[in-house]
Amino acid sequence: MLKVVVARLVRLVGTLFAVTFLTFGMTALLPGDPVNAILGVETVRDPAVIAEIRADLGLDNPFIVRYFSWLGDAFTGDLGKSWITDQQVMETITQRLPVTAELAFLSIILALIFAIPIGVLGAYKQGKWQDNASSAGVQVALSVPNFIVGIFLIWLFAVKLGWLPASNWSRPSTDGIWANLKTAIMPASALAMTQMAIFSRLIRSDMVSTLQENYILAARSKGLSDRFILFRHALRPSSLSVMTIVGINFGALLGGTVIIETLFAIPGVGFRLINAISQRDIIVIQGITVFIATVYVVINTIVDLLYAVVDPRIRRR
Amino acid sequence: MGVEVLSTDAMSGASDALLTVTDLRTHFHVGEHVVKAVDGVSLTVHKGKTLGIVGESGSGKTVLSRSIMGINTAPNIETSGSVTYNGTELVGSSRSTMRKLWGAEMSMVFQDPMTSLNPVVKVGRQVTEHLRSHQGVSKSEARQAAIELLKWVRIPEPEKRLENYPHQMSGGMRQRVCIAIALACGPKLLFADEPTTALDVTVQHQILNLLSQQQRERDMAMVLVTHDLGVVATRTDEIAVMYAGRVVEQASTSTLFDDMRHPYTQSLFWSIPKTSEPKHTRLSAIVGRPPNLAALPPGCSFAARCPYAQDVCREQAPELQPTEDPSHLFACHLPVGSDEGRRALEVNVQLGLPQAKSAALRATVAGGGR
Ligand SMILES: Nc1ncnc2c1ncn2[C@@H]1O[C@H](COP(=O)(O)OP(=O)(O)OP(=O)(O)O)[C@@H](O)[C@H]1O
Ligand SMILES: [Mg+2]
Repeated sequence: MLKVVVARLVRLVGTLFAVTFLTFGMTALLPGDPVNAILGVETVRDPAVIAEIRADLGLDNPFIVRYFSWLGDAFTGDLGKSWITDQQVMETITQRLPVTAELAFLSIILALIFAIPIGVLGAYKQGKWQDNASSAGVQVALSVPNFIVGIFLIWLFAVKLGWLPASNWSRPSTDGIWANLKTAIMPASALAMTQMAIFSRLIRSDMVSTLQENYILAARSKGLSDRFILFRHALRPSSLSVMTIVGINFGALLGGTVIIETLFAIPGVGFRLINAISQRDIIVIQGITVFIATVYVVINTIVDLLYAVVDPRIRRR
Repeated sequence: MGVEVLSTDAMSGASDALLTVTDLRTHFHVGEHVVKAVDGVSLTVHKGKTLGIVGESGSGKTVLSRSIMGINTAPNIETSGSVTYNGTELVGSSRSTMRKLWGAEMSMVFQDPMTSLNPVVKVGRQVTEHLRSHQGVSKSEARQAAIELLKWVRIPEPEKRLENYPHQMSGGMRQRVCIAIALACGPKLLFADEPTTALDVTVQHQILNLLSQQQRERDMAMVLVTHDLGVVATRTDEIAVMYAGRVVEQASTSTLFDDMRHPYTQSLFWSIPKTSEPKHTRLSAIVGRPPNLAALPPGCSFAARCPYAQDVCREQAPELQPTEDPSHLFACHLPVGSDEGRRALEVNVQLGLPQAKSAALRATVAGGGR
């Protein structure tokens, strides 16, 4: 087990190196001079001023030098400062990441709450009407984009019924958990829809093959109830694929809830990232991207390690 | 049918039958074909006795024992006939009725201990979960029971083993665990489906002896399924020989070995691994392969491989019929030991049939299978 952990950590460091290098390289390749972005288009161009700013930002140094000096700072937790708002990138992230992470987490939990019973039922009633109905439902859920679900939810629960607020994000620290959940539930549900569909399909197909296993027949021959067999014997060995996708999704959601954050005016990471891109605020783009990529890689490492928890046979290696 | 009827039980002076199987058929529908895995089997298992079911791979032993217990799940399956347990009809009875019997009244030790334990569930829970659901015992009582059970099946350090996962145990150890699971609720009837085929030769005897011992101590009836006639020779009261989904010969163990009538039984007898022979002596396997169960020949299904077979065998399926001893049944037109049988063998030797030649050789060398 320890060997596995060490091997994974070594791989983690390697991956992080590659990720930071690529992001840094990519942003350096973005067309347009960042100085223009800082000065604004209309400003009179004084070459001396421009040169001064460039030197100030260290833009004259070779790429490799810039990368390592940035990496060195990043190691100490300093991801630089926005050229436009002057805010520390790290501060932006610590303010906004909890919001996005909460959304991501809630949406995954919601998706799993529905996906597990649907997937299990589909496998249990394989080929029967329950299975067909749930696959049809899943198809629909897969084909509707998140923001359409979001708009529908707003129309129903905010406009028609007036039960939930459509915007005005509430923070748990200042407004309390309840108020926070009330603002979070709609965007989280919008994000959960597709995930629920994907998760339930994965659980169903893994479960179908688990149910063929000899040990399931053996469990039946012991007179255990179907429900017990499904949830206490078959579910765990059928959850490796869904775990992988949950990990990948969580990472992707941290950077990719842009549309939903915009729709519900949620002060999350995605919202800020879109701003930074439109303003060509390279330091911010870089910082956020690298941070998200790091979290992503870390989460996937954790998922890898979790396999061993779910399937004890993996622990031996 | 019982060899010695135990009349100590005042309640059941008339019959000591625990399980009666009548004309059981289990057919699988595969495309347009019907695989007749079990085709008209009748059996009786007596209280506290052991019935051996013997046959080659593919003869339908597993399907039969699962059909009797009613645990087959395939959607393409069709079961008919009758299985009565203690007077209750099991074929077609509800899932909840069956669930009360499974694990509690009757249980099964499966063919392969490597796949019949859940790899992600600790051994301790697997040994007692059904005890808890059937008898509602508490967690701590269940733990005590589990330790006791593991001791019974001679697993050292049972407390530690409860925390193990199956992959942390050897095959023999796992089969002991499976036996403990099967015994946990004190069943009246145990099915052991080739419980040792997947295990080392050295472990096989230990496991079989353990089963026999538990069976005697608990006065439990057992159905011992195997492809090795040698295994059932010393451990059963009665034997049913199965071929291509049917019982072809059935008798008390001693009668069967003294007076076997079916050529297939004789072939099985000849292929018992002999301990006296050097380890690498090839088992004298039966010539040819079992027939396709989806397209059985019109006559006797063993005819194509039989040393004695004549035209009548290929044309007309023999019925199961009793000998002078009403409890000894066989299905053969030209039975072993009969004059017609001897003549048929001579004819086939003349014709140069390989199985007939080796059968004749056997008969002269070993003095026959009977
Ligand atoms: N679900 C199924 N669908 C179709 N045919 C099946 C199915 N299950 C079993 N069979 C067929 O039934 C026949 C009997 O199989 P069974 O497993 O009972 O044999 P067996 O005597 O137990 O053999 P072994 O010694 O190999 O365990 C085989 O020909 C097998 O192909
Ligand atoms: Mg079998």
